[in-house]
Amino acid sequence: MASAGGAAPFWRAAGMTYITYSNICANLVRNCLKEPFKAEAISRERVHFSLSKWVDGKPEKPTIRSDPTEH
Amino acid sequence: MFRRASTLLRRPLMGATSRRFSTDLPAAAVEDSSFVEAWKKVSPNVDPPKTPLAYMKPRPATPSSLPSKLTVNFVLPYASELSAKEVDMVIVPATTGQMGVLPGHVATIAELKPGVLSVHEGNDVTKYFVSSGFAFIHANSVADIIAVEAVPVDRIDANLVQKGLQEFTQKLNSATTDLEKAEAQIGVDVHSALNSALTG
Repeated sequence: MASAGGAAPFWRAAGMTYITYSNICANLVRNCLKEPFKAEAISRERVHFSLSKWVDGKPEKPTIRSDPTEH
Repeated sequence: MFRRASTLLRRPLMGATSRRFSTDLPAAAVEDSSFVEAWKKVSPNVDPPKTPLAYMKPRPATPSSLPSKLTVNFVLPYASELSAKEVDMVIVPATTGQMGVLPGHVATIAELKPGVLSVHEGNDVTKYFVSSGFAFIHANSVADIIAVEAVPVDRIDANLVQKGLQEFTQKLNSATTDLEKAEAQIGVDVHSALNSALTG
């Protein structure tokens, strides 16, 4: 563990949060797996969401996205 | 001139060990006695309600003799790899280096770096590559290891690791902003760790 008030890890110094760092590491590891584990891992981590902008208090037509995780 | 230094240095240390932190959990369950007394004065026939203090579970007691096995809970966001498994030792890839945890280990919280976690049970060793996470070792020889992604080492593809390592070393050389440099550095670190996991 870093010394009290000591140097932050390089990713924190560059403005990245721990959770961003951790997710990047996890994605990199998943990309280095053998098939079929790689396909399973990527499909497991897909996110599906529907996004709609609100204008004048009413929602516009939503866009539905289903992306594999990107950092 | 420094003959008294050793006695002077020893004094604050002795004071610090006898005082505990105010945020420490109580060793045994505690009731809020002043609240209970005040309640009984006002309405002696009604049972006093429980206060938050009564719901706080006491810290599990540190056994007086060393337990013979370490209980490991190794969890991922999507699965529980090991759940209360009794093992002899685990070696966790902490940021401060590979840390061996035996039964009776001092209570520790360790941040993990990408590396190999090995679970030793008798003569069997199971190795997992952990992307990052934390390891909490409690005084009663229970270890909770949490990781975002962990795979058995034989599921890693060596070619993809080499390609990734080359790609990120290139990115590191051509990176301009701090963020790009950090991302490339993370890539290099993770792929080198994957590489050593495959060869080591």
